Amino acid sequence: MSTGNRPLSPHLQIYKPEVTSALSILHRLTGVVLALGALLLTYWLTSAAYGPEAFAKAHDFMAGWLGRLILFGVSFSLFFHLCNGVRHLFWDIGWGLELRQVKGSGYLVALAALSLTVGVWSAAYMLAGRM
Amino acid sequence: MLRDKAHMRTPLSHVRGLGSAKEGTSLWWVQRLTAVALVPLFLWFVASVLTLTTGDYESWRAWIGEFGNSLLLILLIVVLYHHAQLGLQVIIEDYVHGEAAKTSSLIVLKLAYLFCGVGSVLSVLKLSLGS
Repeated sequence: MSTGNRPLSPHLQIYKPEVTSALSILHRLTGVVLALGALLLTYWLTSAAYGPEAFAKAHDFMAGWLGRLILFGVSFSLFFHLCNGVRHLFWDIGWGLELRQVKGSGYLVALAALSLTVGVWSAAYMLAGRM
Repeated sequence: MLRDKAHMRTPLSHVRGLGSAKEGTSLWWVQRLTAVALVPLFLWFVASVLTLTTGDYESWRAWIGEFGNSLLLILLIVVLYHHAQLGLQVIIEDYVHGEAAKTSSLIVLKLAYLFCGVGSVLSVLKLSLGS
């Protein structure tokens, strides 16, 4: 198949950034973060299965500044991907496809993801009694 | 228009088997199916992790020892890893050009996520059924 002389569509940076395109890119980006973050779950579970010492080591890493930074990123990615994923599922059944609705639900998703991230971390610090 | 839910195609287009997607629509459907399942599973998981922030090994063992918790955790792992590798597959298919590079990336991806998924499930079984 010859693909040499086909016209190319303009590249991403040609277009004006919009809330719709930004969230679309962020959905894919957070998906990659979460796919890698899922490997942390394997690390956590296998070290727990290995024994208390390995579990303590894994927990110390997660509770350290780098671990917390990673977990913060993963948790924001989770809440964003979750909320925006639900937005995608509504589109799949044909709901909310008007441009006004798409933009509105986009801002709603961004707000919900930020609120959930801040809320869950506040709850975690309060429950752990470290605040 | 009545469609085969597992394929999201008209019966005629399915019989003809034309189009670059071939069986691609069934992957699209499985990605949505796993997405729907992950919404309640992750709400449960986040709520559970919030109660386990102290990192005490014994309380964590007690939590995973409960039948319902280990069941939901195994479901979460299986569905999450399947969803994650499907998502990464789409990204590889979009951005990795050349058949050799694409196919080898997909093989590494699939086997890595299968390996980590089985490792995680085995860890949960070992922890919940007692070592």
